[in-house]
Amino acid sequence: MREFGYERAVDVSGALALLDADPDARFLGGGTNLVDLMKTGVERPGRLVDVRELPLDRVEPTGAGGLRIGATVTNSDLAAHPEVRRRYPALTQAVLAGASGQLRNMATVGGNLLQRTRCGYFADVSGPCNKRVPGSGCPAIEGEHHNHAVLGASGHCVATHPSDMGVALTAFGAVVEYETADGAGRVPLGEFYLPVGDTPHLETALPAGALITGVTLPAAPVAANSRYRKVRERASYAFAIGSIAAALDVRDGVVHEVRLAFGAVASRPWRAQVAERALTGGPADAGAFAAAADAELAAARPLPHNGYKVTLMRNLVVAVLSELAEEATR
Amino acid sequence: MATAPSPTYSAVTLNINGEKHTLTVDHRTTLLDALRERLDMNGTKKGCDQGQCGACTVLIDKRRAVSCLQLAVAAEGREITTIEGVAEGEQLHPVQQAFLDLDGYQCGYCTPGQICSAVALIEEHAAGWPSAVTDDVRPEAGPPPLTADEIRERMSGNLCRCGAYVSIVQAVARAAGIASEAGPVPGSAQDGSTREGAAA
Amino acid sequence: MTALTTGARASAVGTAHTRVEGRDKVTGAARYAGEIPFDGLAHGWLVLSTITRGRVLSVDADPVLGMTGVLTVLHHGNAPRVDIDYTGVLGMPPDPTIAVFQHDRVPHAGWPVALVVAETSEQAREAAESLVVRYEEEAHDVTFPGERPDASTGPGPGGPGATEKGDLEAELAASAFVLDAEYSTPEEHHNSMEPHAVTALWDGGRLEVVDSNQGTVWVADELAKLFSLDPASVRVRSEHVGGGFGSKGVRAHQVAAVMAATSLSRPVRVVMTRRQMFSLAGYRSPTTQRVRLGADAEGRLRALEHRCLSRTSTVYEFIESGAGPARVMYDAPAHHTENQVVELDVPSPTFMRAPGEAPGSFALESAIDELAEQCGIDPIELRLRNEPEVGPVSGLPFSTRNLPACFREGARRFGWADRDPRPGVRREGRWLLGTGTAAASFFAGAAPSTAAVTAEADGTFTVRINAADIGTGARTALTLVAADAFEVPTDRVRVRIGDSDFGPAMIAGGSMGTRSWAWAVTAAAGELRERLSLGDGIPPEGITVRSDTTEAVGALAQKERHSFGAQFAEVAVDVATGEVRVRRMLGVFAAGRIVNPLTARGQFRGGMIWGISMALHEEAVRDRNTGALYGADLAGYHVATNADVPLVEADWVDDPDPDDPVGIKGIGEIGIVGAAAAVANAVWHATGVRHRALPIRPDRVLTAGTRA
Repeated sequence: MREFGYERAVDVSGALALLDADPDARFLGGGTNLVDLMKTGVERPGRLVDVRELPLDRVEPTGAGGLRIGATVTNSDLAAHPEVRRRYPALTQAVLAGASGQLRNMATVGGNLLQRTRCGYFADVSGPCNKRVPGSGCPAIEGEHHNHAVLGASGHCVATHPSDMGVALTAFGAVVEYETADGAGRVPLGEFYLPVGDTPHLETALPAGALITGVTLPAAPVAANSRYRKVRERASYAFAIGSIAAALDVRDGVVHEVRLAFGAVASRPWRAQVAERALTGGPADAGAFAAAADAELAAARPLPHNGYKVTLMRNLVVAVLSELAEEATR
Repeated sequence: MATAPSPTYSAVTLNINGEKHTLTVDHRTTLLDALRERLDMNGTKKGCDQGQCGACTVLIDKRRAVSCLQLAVAAEGREITTIEGVAEGEQLHPVQQAFLDLDGYQCGYCTPGQICSAVALIEEHAAGWPSAVTDDVRPEAGPPPLTADEIRERMSGNLCRCGAYVSIVQAVARAAGIASEAGPVPGSAQDGSTREGAAA
Repeated sequence: MTALTTGARASAVGTAHTRVEGRDKVTGAARYAGEIPFDGLAHGWLVLSTITRGRVLSVDADPVLGMTGVLTVLHHGNAPRVDIDYTGVLGMPPDPTIAVFQHDRVPHAGWPVALVVAETSEQAREAAESLVVRYEEEAHDVTFPGERPDASTGPGPGGPGATEKGDLEAELAASAFVLDAEYSTPEEHHNSMEPHAVTALWDGGRLEVVDSNQGTVWVADELAKLFSLDPASVRVRSEHVGGGFGSKGVRAHQVAAVMAATSLSRPVRVVMTRRQMFSLAGYRSPTTQRVRLGADAEGRLRALEHRCLSRTSTVYEFIESGAGPARVMYDAPAHHTENQVVELDVPSPTFMRAPGEAPGSFALESAIDELAEQCGIDPIELRLRNEPEVGPVSGLPFSTRNLPACFREGARRFGWADRDPRPGVRREGRWLLGTGTAAASFFAGAAPSTAAVTAEADGTFTVRINAADIGTGARTALTLVAADAFEVPTDRVRVRIGDSDFGPAMIAGGSMGTRSWAWAVTAAAGELRERLSLGDGIPPEGITVRSDTTEAVGALAQKERHSFGAQFAEVAVDVATGEVRVRRMLGVFAAGRIVNPLTARGQFRGGMIWGISMALHEEAVRDRNTGALYGADLAGYHVATNADVPLVEADWVDDPDPDDPVGIKGIGEIGIVGAAAAVANAVWHATGVRHRALPIRPDRVLTAGTRA
């Protein structure tokens, strides 16, 4: 039998030291993704360092009007937090749109950001996958890909990132905070996930051995008027086929500020900055929303069976921004 | 955590239904397998072993969780409640009684998970937690009423392949002490069963 | 003797009764097959092929045998031989898939190639995942439907391969309205919540099998034949069963467990993983179906053609007989039906809730709706105009056919009269709304069964019958039937089921279980009451009487015997996102006498919810390049969640079967029949777009758009 160690860390420095001591070690948060991947054989760590009980379980206001969310805050606690619901309602909606009540009670914010794709080829260790076994090939491109990426993918991998939470965090410009044995660091969520290119197995900008300690949401008054909409193949307990986090501030019929991010269309939560720029300062009407969506989606490179996602995202942009515009002027 | 000679095993003490159980577990062992295969507590069911069905739902520190993705060794020090610990002795929990009376099941295999989930759901709702179908999640909007749609969404982490969902919603609503929007319940005046009984 | 109290007593049959094992199920006390402890239990873990076609070159067992706790590795090189040259109790030859480890051929992805047995399940799993199996891979073909000139016509569970009367082309040419459409349904999997589980052991010269199945005699009989054992030396028990839906018969895991228990001389448990179930538990074949209808100006059918193509494995022929419903539902001067099948490198399909009828009714009842649209006739009216007098193919009379009553009652309760027939004109916010209807039918049969009833000295009665309660409420239903037969309160009746030692009885399948068992119980009870009326008193061991309904069932006159139903659905469709939500559903059934309204309503609803799930969610995707399923788990294969299911109402009209001692027909399957068509017809009514391929996924709705 392979040896399989387990240690429970009580503080961040201890966690880092435990991980550093073993190249086969992995951090364990809620376990909702890692334990599943261990069962399917995708992940085969030699040791787990349990960080769930680290004192990183607080949601606190920052001095600058934002919120700092500890890495071990559970999805449930994040979604239920009054300040999150008040200042960033789309974040609460995104978290609640994900998984189930049971899984949200277990899953942590840090783990959510690091969860792996739900591509069926990635999960099936009997076949190839460039993300799992670099260089082995991507069966999705010629095979089943109706729920794969249309933006930012490559000929090496067309998997999507499954997070709902991450889409809202991306829209609101969240910054990931981490610690390593050499000190602390920060990286904006927009730069946290690496481009796919020919290295789909390299997923994040997190330095080796680093532990995510929290996420900071900058102040964003626009987020108070925000919404998350998720489309999936059943009404609940399913991953998205397309989702959107949007926030809109309309003044005198003109878009003063807008935030847009897409889910389930790329290897990372997709901040729609082209659309945001196109909209800002312009009219807040359906025509402008559609034109902005088209501008963003001009970069889409659909495969034979996922072209509907371009239509879906365009329609979602128009629908959700129209709702927010109407509510803002009501 | 207790130390053990092999790096693969640990002696752990699990607090289950108010009783402490000490056992040596392989670190890979999930709480679900520890309950079923080591502690002979088979009420918690294994439907998928991947967090995709909810049959293994238990309460951990009073919150519902899927025990198939919870390593047993990582559950040490936490308060675990399984279906065997939901009733007060011979007195069924109101959720159990409602499932029994309203036929909130068929084959019964998902039922312990459904019941544990419902017990926690009622507490989550009482705590004011919104759900994915709550119109306005801002705290100023106040807690959402526990409508049939709210129950459906909040129970969606528990698959029932027999398709007992309608009576599950009715059972949860009854247990929560709230009039169900899910239609007449069996045995009520609107229910056809007495008519059919007379006709038969 | 207190048994034969006379005087007024309410009938137990027809009165709502909670499940007799309900307390055990809500407290977690009910033990399912994989949960019963045995001393010295070992755990087996199946290893499945990672190639789709070819042969096993080697199974490198030695390294695995050296792992902690590993007891044995069974594979084609060392497994005992079994005999599969027999006919099982269902009158069918066995699917050779169950004869594990007999040769080196791999006929499909996920073929069992080895069983690793160890002291603990973790050890068995770790070792199974470490086992190196070398293969020689061959090109495979899993493409369906494609061009299939190699398809053959053959019989399925629903009857002959083809039926034909009249000149189809002439009648179509003479029709005022002609519909010609192709429909498709995908590969679907049962996915009972309880995975298949078995423990096998030898005890005192008998093979004891504790299993989760739909018929212990079915399993016992085939295990005896496979291992050339005296049937009396095999005992199979199955107390609580966590769902079956057609998949829990004889499967590879039971055979592998018996092999291991025999070779190790200790109890061996084998439980399928959810992922393994997608390869080993059977499934419903995908279908492509072509329906051609011709009608006169008043909507009366002149021509009906229904052809169904399904898929089977290269080792076993199972035909999904989708063309079957047309043989019962509608007549026409020209009436052709045909079920065809093509062999591919895929696992063997099997019975799945309403085999044939579920996919067949989707096509036929969608086509009828399309014809109604063409004719400008209300779809219920069109159906009523085409009610046949006798069986369209058989010419036999119907035992009862209360379909019109179902439609009238359903239309009244659903508010059908107010329906605007125009599609695509009702909007509520982002949702387009529509309603749809469809007819349902399912064969109502009975099969020979035996029962033993005992009058106990304490005034109670014990019924022993080899029934299976797979969630149907059979245990409770038989308690009510027996209480009526003995004229005692239900709490004086004890029903014991799920033990092959109780003797042969119908399986829980074909919607025939409760009727067949109730018949046997009623017959035995009647004879027992005669014995008791002699007034000789009851000895301490009680008085036991046995029944066998073989003769009585065999004497049933030839008739068209079916349950019928009318399905109604209201849906909301957001054509901007492709989302479809069912808002309400109603089914009204004529399905014989209803034994227990409480559980029957749940069973009807469960079938209807399967229809919702079939219409909108379920689809197993087979990758033509790998030949394997994509996303073979409950996150990849979507079944309806609670949030997908609105208020679903089920009710029934008076329809006792005149030829059954209790008046029962059977209700296990009819709930799903027509349900998917009702949903699809409602999607058309909402959007103006016909969806002829299931499931109606958001991408398909988005791609189809609206007719406007």
